[in-house]
Amino acid sequence: MKPTKDQLLWMYENMVLSRRFEEAIEKVYMEGKTPAFNMANGPIPGEMHLSNGQEPCAVGVCVHLTDEDIVTATHRPHHQAIAKGVDLRGMTAEIFGKSTGLSGGRGGHMHIFDADVNFSCSGIIGESCGPACGAALSRKMQGKPGVAVAFLGEGAANQGAFHEALNLAGVWKLPVVFVIEDNSWGISVPKSEATAVERNDVRAAGYGMPGHHIPGNDPEAIFDIAGQAIERARAGEGPTLIEIETYRLAGHFMGDAEQYRPEGEKDALFEKDPIPKMRARLLADGTATEAELDKIETAAGEKVEDAIGYARDSAPARDEDALTAVFV
Amino acid sequence: MLDQQTNERRLTIARAMAEAMAQEMRRDPSVFVMGEDIGPFGGIFGNTRGLIDEFGKDRVRDTPISETGFISAAVGAAMDGMRPVVELMFVDFFGVCFDAIYNQMAKNTYFSGGNSSVPMVLMTSTGGGYSDAGQHSQCLYGTFAHLPGMKVVSPSNAYDAKGLMTAAIREDNPVVYMYHKGLQGMGWLGTEPGATVHTPEEDYVVEIGKAKVVREGSDVTLVGLAMGVHNALKAADKLAEDGVSAEVVDLVSLVPLDRETVRASVAKTGRLIVVDEDYHSYGVTGEIIATVCEHDIGKLKAAPARVAFPDVPIPYARNMEQFCLPNADKIVAAYRAMQKAEG
Repeated sequence: MKPTKDQLLWMYENMVLSRRFEEAIEKVYMEGKTPAFNMANGPIPGEMHLSNGQEPCAVGVCVHLTDEDIVTATHRPHHQAIAKGVDLRGMTAEIFGKSTGLSGGRGGHMHIFDADVNFSCSGIIGESCGPACGAALSRKMQGKPGVAVAFLGEGAANQGAFHEALNLAGVWKLPVVFVIEDNSWGISVPKSEATAVERNDVRAAGYGMPGHHIPGNDPEAIFDIAGQAIERARAGEGPTLIEIETYRLAGHFMGDAEQYRPEGEKDALFEKDPIPKMRARLLADGTATEAELDKIETAAGEKVEDAIGYARDSAPARDEDALTAVFV
Repeated sequence: MLDQQTNERRLTIARAMAEAMAQEMRRDPSVFVMGEDIGPFGGIFGNTRGLIDEFGKDRVRDTPISETGFISAAVGAAMDGMRPVVELMFVDFFGVCFDAIYNQMAKNTYFSGGNSSVPMVLMTSTGGGYSDAGQHSQCLYGTFAHLPGMKVVSPSNAYDAKGLMTAAIREDNPVVYMYHKGLQGMGWLGTEPGATVHTPEEDYVVEIGKAKVVREGSDVTLVGLAMGVHNALKAADKLAEDGVSAEVVDLVSLVPLDRETVRASVAKTGRLIVVDEDYHSYGVTGEIIATVCEHDIGKLKAAPARVAFPDVPIPYARNMEQFCLPNADKIVAAYRAMQKAEG
């Protein structure tokens, strides 16, 4: 499956948007956290898991989805949320803990819910998988269009929830795709020390579904395989498991000293940064001009600036709202 | 069955639950049932019997033994517009799937700022008394009621069982529906006859969050739920033989908790004994006593008492388990101790 020019530019745009967004979040996050790093301080408190480097996984999958499709995401959700079309202002305000946030400040960065585009996430490893099966079952039972995609990390593929969900999807032939973003680290533990198989795609065989492995953190390769899997789900042919080799350019969370990384690993990763790589390719094969790509980058920057400004200017969450919305 | 003499339509709780589910499934195509052995088998405790014949395998869905998988799937389906009724066969099994329950089912509404709802029913069996030991006999009422984001109900009789199930299915929030095995009307478990009562055929709702005074009295308030209500009623009979008038409050729901009904009863009687088959400490008994004490301790003529399961795992041997379980005699003894303390 080959992307059209529009699809390529859409993927590039959303990768850039996600990167600019996280660069901005990173900057704000550090406000009030120097010289001594205290997670509770600053305009954005709490844990912060950045996804820079992993953008190709989100765009290569979500380019095939529409608002009516479902995405369940992880504790590292920004790139997935942006690629799924989650309201950027609302998400940013949520991360700032503002009243205008998607959930009025109740959830924060690990609990982004945007029902308008069927996006949700969970901060618990592996717990994106079961709800995706349920949403897929719902569509199947209602005869309504739409497929579900569960994103997870390679560490989550060792959780019981992952295996139970895959079995359920397999036995019920659900229209769901499981996408593992293998960034090779579960916080500080390398995949090789945590996972009994080298590649998780082989685990698909245990659940009666096809498994695919995608090397190279390459948006076009992801586009191809994800497109086939989503088409298969839409056609009622059942679930697929995909593992994508990717990498995070940041630590597990902000403040992570990353002492577990072998020397030189980060430098090598930045050299493989998928965004400049895609830009170079789009120019080299004549898909886009410098001017087109510059325009995309400028627009992304402006969009992020707008969202950050909106979040900063929004009223803080109200104390007493903490006691509401437990029930509808 | 219809009793020819009284014109009563007496159902077991198991039948009443199944009838409510069937009526709601007829009314609303988004309602479906899933769990282990709930299909052709009809549920280990009989509460889905007959449903598969009318609604088929798609809507009465046997699952793999995979509680995390199918309960979190129910969450995803509920958020996508369905109304799943999902069964956790024994409440004791919550240990293998609690994330789906308390981190997803119970929190997704809040974390969405109320923009998403999770309209599902998690029905689960509770209680012991038949020597099944401590991984198949617990109640865990307090565990579920403690955690925010889920409504919690537990019927003591078939009338309430049907109306609560109907209410739970129509509720837009997650409801944990805890049914006591000893009240279920399954002969092989032994059963409390007082739970099998007149149950109208037409659909109706028993309000979630509303307790019931099931016996009026003036000397002491006995508060309980599920099997505890029957123990309290038997104790009230015994106390009446000695001229003591006991009022019995059936909590019906733990979340929301109807504190007003409890307080009003104690305001009248001045004495409080709470009966619970769940563990003694950090549970329902402590919450009910605090509800009264923090409100108006002056209404109490004596220190409140509780009759609950001691803080030990539920033992297997018949005599050991019965030694630990609440019963009418223990409630009567608690009242006697209270009288003695009053002098």
